[in-house]
Amino acid sequence: MITLPNVLTLAALLFCISVAGIFLNRKNIIILLMCIELMLLSVNMNFIAFSHFLGDIHGQVFVFFILTVAAAESAIGLAILVVMFRNKDTINVDSLNTMKQ
Amino acid sequence: MSADLYIALPEISLLLLASLVLVVDAFSSDPEHRISFWLTQASLVTVIVLVVTSFPETGQLAFHSSFISDAMSAVLKISMCAITAIVFLYSFEYLKEHNCLKGEYFVLGLFAVLGMMIMSSAYSLLTVYLGLELLSLSLYAMVAMNRDSSSASEAAMKYFVLGALASGMLLYGISTIYGLSGSLQLNDIAAAINSDSINQSFLVFGMIFIIIGIAFKLGAAPFHMWVPDVYQGAPTSVTLFISTAPKLAAFAMAIRVLVDGLLPLMEDWQSILSILAVLSMAIGNVIAISQTNIKRMLAYSTIAHVGYLFLGLIAGTPAGFAGSMFYIISYAIMSMCAFGMIILLGRSDLEAEQLDDFKGLAERSPWFAFIMMCVMFSMTGIPPFLGFWSKWFVLKELVDSGFVTLAAIAVVFSIIGAYYYLRIIKLMYFDKAVSMTAIKASQQMRTVLTINGLAIIVLGLIPNALMTLCLMALTG
Repeated sequence: MITLPNVLTLAALLFCISVAGIFLNRKNIIILLMCIELMLLSVNMNFIAFSHFLGDIHGQVFVFFILTVAAAESAIGLAILVVMFRNKDTINVDSLNTMKQ
Repeated sequence: MSADLYIALPEISLLLLASLVLVVDAFSSDPEHRISFWLTQASLVTVIVLVVTSFPETGQLAFHSSFISDAMSAVLKISMCAITAIVFLYSFEYLKEHNCLKGEYFVLGLFAVLGMMIMSSAYSLLTVYLGLELLSLSLYAMVAMNRDSSSASEAAMKYFVLGALASGMLLYGISTIYGLSGSLQLNDIAAAINSDSINQSFLVFGMIFIIIGIAFKLGAAPFHMWVPDVYQGAPTSVTLFISTAPKLAAFAMAIRVLVDGLLPLMEDWQSILSILAVLSMAIGNVIAISQTNIKRMLAYSTIAHVGYLFLGLIAGTPAGFAGSMFYIISYAIMSMCAFGMIILLGRSDLEAEQLDDFKGLAERSPWFAFIMMCVMFSMTGIPPFLGFWSKWFVLKELVDSGFVTLAAIAVVFSIIGAYYYLRIIKLMYFDKAVSMTAIKASQQMRTVLTINGLAIIVLGLIPNALMTLCLMALTG
């Protein structure tokens, strides 16, 4: 039987993996975008678990909104990525340091 | 249902008007986008009129109590729209000069304002999140607006990744609070926490994630990494926008979530915010000293100002919250004037973003040097300017609530901060100008900047007018 703590642990693990991915990844910005998606999905899992075990529908409604916003967010993220590639000819994370003083 | 629609009338009108601007701009052939610009200004004025005419005496709930219209949201909405209208007046000039005038700028700006208005009226965590995302997504696109600029796209990418990270953190906190309290409604959450049946430490765990989200949006240390790069990389007109109205929205979000929703946990968030406040004041004021780019310097000054904003929240009384609101509104007015000055001094081939560009301004234009001097004195917190009163109200409430040490630390850091503000005055009045080129700006720009500068002096002479408004907004 799957209990609430099981699901919450899984969601927390996914969340940690995604945060670690954002901070450790030094190569490719697309991987950053993937980490962001993973982060939002781990939150969704949290919401669904709570919604199921509380017997309250609001959590599931929230998930639909997060999915929609995540789609819009990726669209903007990829658009910025394209603009950046045109200007810099690279999508390396290390290329994001021209403004440090 | 129609009563609900009436309560949200300003937001609904703004949505329709923003869509109208989008369509009109798509079909207009004017390369100067004058129609879109004036239509945008008309939309903002319309919204102000709608909010003023339907000014709520008490809080009115709508849409299954996920939306509230109360005095605080009304005052903030009026300020946001008025500030955005002035920001657009400055921006129009800048974008024309730099050949990057696009109609989308105004449309995105209007949608960002819609997001801010929703944030200030949010009464459920879902509404908070949706308003925040509408604001953030518009801002990401606005930062990347200048498509040929390498630094703008880099700034946009950083802003996007860190912004998405902060939204993720915020959502994780929201999901935890939802799971523990069983509700997304802010008043239900407060009631559930008061009932004492919830494990306090789990609640604090969720709250920390929410505070990280708020701190990021305000740009408080240690979540300030994006602020300097975005301020420097974005076109000045966008920096101007980001540093003004969205700060009001982030303040509204802090009040809604921390005060309306998590008031029973006040002692916990007071101690977390104290750490953030001290770090922000320290990092902001100290690092700003070593900057040579004025946009970057003002970015660190923003971080420091956010620290002072938190002091009013830490005080934990309605008067303290009103002090914070006064602080953020006056900061927006000062910041608008400072960035307006950078736009004024810039020319099509050059951005006046180095400190050296301010050398000898007093010879080139005594009047604008005087206005810039008022802004800098005001940001330092020297009486009788507006910035003095904002610090005064916040610190007074802080001391009244018994946080004397924190107030002392704040004063010390504001003295350190005086160095880099006064350095600009020294550059303007006591250094030789690098070039004596005349300032080329339209009459409209000059007039608005003058009014903006005089507002800092006039509001500084009668601080009680604005303070009464803030007190009324927060005590109902």
